[in-house]
Amino acid sequence: MRASFPHMGNIHLLMSDLLERLEVEYIVAPPTTTKTLEIGVRHAPEFACLPLKITVGNFIEALDTGADTLLMAGGTGPCRFGYYAETQKRVMEQIGLDFSMVTFESPAAHPAMFVKAFKTIAPDKSVLQVWRALKTSFAKGRCFDLLEKRLLQLRAYEVAPGSTTAAYEAGLELMSKAKSREQIDAAYAEALALLDEVPLDREREVLKIGIVGEFYMLLEPFVNFGVERWLNEHDVYLERSVYLTDWIGPSRRNPVLGVSDADVGRLAHGYLSHHVGGEGQATIGHTMKYIEEGFDGIVHLLPFTCMPETIAKTIFPRLARDMDIPVLSFVIDEQTGKAGVITRLEAFLDLLWSRRRAKGGVRELVAS
Amino acid sequence: MLGRVTERETRPMRPTIGLPQALVYHKYFPLWGEFFSYLGADVAVSGPTDKRVLNAGLEAADSELCLPVKLFFGHVLELAQQVDFVFVPRIVAVEGDAFTCPKLLGLPDMIGALGERAPSLLSETFNMKRGMRDFYKSVYKVGSVCTDSSIKVYRAWRSGLRAQADYERQLLGGVTPLDVLGQGIPEKEPDLTIGVVGHAYNVYDRHLSMDLINRLRKSGGRVVTGEMLPPKVIERELQRLPKRLFWSYEKEVVGSAFHFIHTGDVDGIIFLLSFACGPDSLTQVLIEHEARKTSKTPMMSLVVDEHSGEAGMATRVEAFVDMLRWQKGRVC
Ligand code: SF4
Ligand code: SF4
Repeated sequence: MRASFPHMGNIHLLMSDLLERLEVEYIVAPPTTTKTLEIGVRHAPEFACLPLKITVGNFIEALDTGADTLLMAGGTGPCRFGYYAETQKRVMEQIGLDFSMVTFESPAAHPAMFVKAFKTIAPDKSVLQVWRALKTSFAKGRCFDLLEKRLLQLRAYEVAPGSTTAAYEAGLELMSKAKSREQIDAAYAEALALLDEVPLDREREVLKIGIVGEFYMLLEPFVNFGVERWLNEHDVYLERSVYLTDWIGPSRRNPVLGVSDADVGRLAHGYLSHHVGGEGQATIGHTMKYIEEGFDGIVHLLPFTCMPETIAKTIFPRLARDMDIPVLSFVIDEQTGKAGVITRLEAFLDLLWSRRRAKGGVRELVAS
Repeated sequence: MLGRVTERETRPMRPTIGLPQALVYHKYFPLWGEFFSYLGADVAVSGPTDKRVLNAGLEAADSELCLPVKLFFGHVLELAQQVDFVFVPRIVAVEGDAFTCPKLLGLPDMIGALGERAPSLLSETFNMKRGMRDFYKSVYKVGSVCTDSSIKVYRAWRSGLRAQADYERQLLGGVTPLDVLGQGIPEKEPDLTIGVVGHAYNVYDRHLSMDLINRLRKSGGRVVTGEMLPPKVIERELQRLPKRLFWSYEKEVVGSAFHFIHTGDVDGIIFLLSFACGPDSLTQVLIEHEARKTSKTPMMSLVVDEHSGEAGMATRVEAFVDMLRWQKGRVC
């Protein structure tokens, strides 16, 4: 058996760590490229949401490079993600691919199925061993998330372009090698120090933007055209509403974000007073939080036809008017090009700067 | 913020309550119609859908939404001027182990986002995942716009349930919601039986479906639909799926499609789906996969979107009916 899994941001780091602990043979699928997207679009159902299509592409490329067992997460709805694995399985069987698929259902909703999935890929490991491996890998994953969060906060101030990104990547590298809990803690401290040592220009005037939306769009730089890095490098401090371990973790407290699901519900109340699956309510809730904290604007990323985020998008015009906050929604599908996204972002930043100036917040203006 | 009903004093003596003839209307109108009438409210029903209502919806709703939800906006706006409240429930779950659709979970919020243009909404959350008690609480809250007496609300609910059971019995007996609503034409010496599957709000909206049911009847078809199948038949068919679906209405669509695919009771199947519908995009794979695997009964998928012209659709339906007739002639 040789397992593989789809890409989504740093998930390969977490999965590799876990599979190594469980002594499961695996390969990391080739990185997501335009070719991956093309393969996915060719085979996946036309009206499916974009993440389904791209992950089909990842699966097919993984099978091409020698994998035979595909790992995928399950779910209980109401957004489509919970039925991805079933759909993808049929799509790939239909084109005659030979593979087996192991779906990891939520341990809270289907504990027996969750255990069974691990028994399938790591038959020699006891439940206790699996549990320990999960806990350790997860702790490591959380460190990856915290580093990323820090990256988004610092990069806007860097003196030398690219220096924060380089420090962050060196940190990931260090972390990846760490095995025991002690090593993980030490590597994390070291990685954090690397980030904090990057020379910054704290005097620089930056915009503050909250980036919200569908989890895959936020976590996977291939589909969002690396907007985070672009924004950071154009003097924008960022907070983001989704982190991997908060998203897959069983806890509703979301330690990386520091905003629990209950907080989200409270913050969104009145605009979106019920969860609607996916990150729909989180999109609205985090937006409200960013507004409270005086952010300049919101960037919203969603795949075409995404149910939860289309609901959020429907609500944004009124929220933006009530709260006087600029919101820019990007509906992304396989045809979306980077150039168009960047053009719109540039115009958006101009708007935010002129609003800042109107409020008298920019020092240069005050000085002149 | 959603224009909820909280102030008792503002309660009209005999409120007019608007029911949009869209989304879950075709499923539950006897229940809510009877419930509100029993409580002494005047019930106003919008529509049926026409170009004007649809255009109002297209103009007011976000362009990325699915067509049925856009249309719902149109119906709500049509009622806005005529009624005290428009009834827009938040139907989260109608059974313990499945949801409806995210869009129905967020429906009152989306309508609320219309701002000043939004009418006063009568909106409560119905979530069977939280059990019967919670469900009844919502029923009482809805009923409280008309009366303070919980006994009266209880009686109204019972009366509504009876009307609903009666309706469902009629459907099981082989008529469609269109016939009950007086919008259907009689069959014309049918020589073909055609199974039509899809969301009730697509299949039974004469404008959205381009009058599919009547069109098929006119061309000599007998139409059978999912509403005519007993729940246990649907449940049995769903056992074919390795993983249970978590959308209730989708289960009905898939279960009835599977039934028609496997029993061969019908000469052909038409699967009606909406453009930009989340659940349909995946159930389409399940249904087409099953049809291809069995390949006994011909099936055609028709996507309803705001740009599909009536002419193109008519041609496709006619060609499909001709093909079924030809095939039947050859077999007999
Ligand atoms: S959140 Fe949206 S894009 Fe993501 S799986 Fe769900 S419906 Fe699809
Ligand atoms: S099931 Fe499809 S058509 Fe119906 S509300 Fe949901 S997304 Fe729209």
